[in-house]
Amino acid sequence: MSAGTVTVSSPGQSSHRVAALARAEGILLWRNRLALLNAVILPAALAGSLKSFGGLGASGAHDFGAMLLTGLTAFALLIAVYYNLVTAMVARREELVLKRLRTGEATDGEILAGTAAPAIAIAWAQIAVAAVAAVAVLGLNPPANAALVPVALILGTAVFVLLAAVTAAVTRTVQLAQVTTMPALWLPLVFSGLLFPLAMLPEPLRWVAEALPLTPVVELMRLALTGAAAGGHRLGLAATFSAAVIPVLVLTAWIAAAGWAARRWFRWEPRR
Amino acid sequence: MDDNGVITVRDLRRRYGGTGGRGFDAVRGVTFSVRRGELFALLGTNGAGKTSAMEVLEGLAPAARGAVRVLGCDPCRERALVRRRIGIMLQEGGFPPDLTVAETGRMWAGTLSAPRPVAEALGLVSLGHRAGVAVRSLSGGERRRLDLAMAILGRPEVLFLDEPTTGLDPESRRRTWLLIRELLGAGTTVVLTTHYLEEAEELADRLAIMHQGRIVRTGTPAEVAASQPARISFELPEDSREPVPDIAGTRASVTGRTVLLQTADLQPTLTALLGWANSRDLVLGALDARPASLAEAFHAVAASAGSPADDDNAKDVAA
Repeated sequence: MSAGTVTVSSPGQSSHRVAALARAEGILLWRNRLALLNAVILPAALAGSLKSFGGLGASGAHDFGAMLLTGLTAFALLIAVYYNLVTAMVARREELVLKRLRTGEATDGEILAGTAAPAIAIAWAQIAVAAVAAVAVLGLNPPANAALVPVALILGTAVFVLLAAVTAAVTRTVQLAQVTTMPALWLPLVFSGLLFPLAMLPEPLRWVAEALPLTPVVELMRLALTGAAAGGHRLGLAATFSAAVIPVLVLTAWIAAAGWAARRWFRWEPRR
Repeated sequence: MDDNGVITVRDLRRRYGGTGGRGFDAVRGVTFSVRRGELFALLGTNGAGKTSAMEVLEGLAPAARGAVRVLGCDPCRERALVRRRIGIMLQEGGFPPDLTVAETGRMWAGTLSAPRPVAEALGLVSLGHRAGVAVRSLSGGERRRLDLAMAILGRPEVLFLDEPTTGLDPESRRRTWLLIRELLGAGTTVVLTTHYLEEAEELADRLAIMHQGRIVRTGTPAEVAASQPARISFELPEDSREPVPDIAGTRASVTGRTVLLQTADLQPTLTALLGWANSRDLVLGALDARPASLAEAFHAVAASAGSPADDDNAKDVAA
């Protein structure tokens, strides 16, 4: 189940080191049944419950399959990637594992990538399964702009991995992660457009909502799957690309900011 | 300084915290070199700066000032070049408690350029029979040995061991010493910190004693021990009226009938003492003559108070 069980790299290569670390992290996630269940069950359950909210439906995605897939992407990033990784990074740091790993050949980036890989693999696998189910069971229409799906996934994943690293920096124990993850779980979710249409918000507040890290992912997924603009009207293929520019810029800015903060504050060993 | 050394350290300084009064100078100008194939030991009280200095050699922290070369490279800036040729065992490091010993080995081996077989490394530290056991179920000593196995998994040319035998029972410690000697025999260079003076005496080709961020003694264990006077003690006979002999270059102290002579030159002093006793037909009871031990040299350093200015900053010293 872990990422990187299939590798063709040879010793001494970066991919080989990341795969070895990812395999170990995958075993640890597999043995931590509660975290595994959280990561696997919760996003699907929450995405299913979105039906009772008016967010995406009112914003033009009348298609239940598209709503489900967009919602699942959001919850997978929040729970399987973000929450899961904060606890994993804090646990490895407090167990002095990160400190020990830093004495080896793996670079800092490789250690983080190896730690994050199983969580990312679970999130992306969930999204893939949901996509197949949405097409097969719910009759999801072909996407309006399929190219935007990997853009949303890759940028969104990068943002929440880096936010997890920043949150881990201010989280002293695994238990405290339940508290420290709250702001980055709830604010982006509430103002993502999944729960209620952002058009309901007054102008300045709507801009703030659009600048939060989950909103652009939801927008990109909606554009990709249904071609619907924020107002609800359908766009042509070219127009979906231009509508994607702002969400992509917002995500890029988050990557830059969170990357800078992680580099500045991430700690590799417990505070003494 | 030996420019052909595997490790050269020149005027190394390391500082924690801010500049000015609030910071703390952990390492205050340390210079030494380590030759290929030798074991160099860093001794010192807690807070003397051993680990702080080691961390710079290991490339885990940059030096505030000074130059450090390991295998000809800057261990911090040329980390990738150096790391594949060195092995590190931290004073405090961890492995995930829920992985087994073998899984830990597989993970670590996967990060190395040229690992030896995991089973071989576990065998070298006598952990082969524990391969299937979760790290959380290992005893403290077994965890230290697992840590050592991982440090030598990559067949390092230079091995850094920060208190490798702390927490080991005497038998495990003896076996670890044997392993370290085997590695030295195979040409590995070892830098070791330890609290156990007999460990340094047993293993070290050369050593340095650090105190409050500085090296205060360095040399072979015998040379460092010789920085302290040798001791001769004996008891004068009960009926003796003889005064304590006055031998040049010695300091005598008398407790009851017991006399203690301290001298820099053991053999001439002893010869003079025995000549004096013979000429007076004296039988010296409980006669004992021995050179200073490393322990005496160490305790002499630890007991010496630093200047008041040093003490302000020496937060961990003698903790």
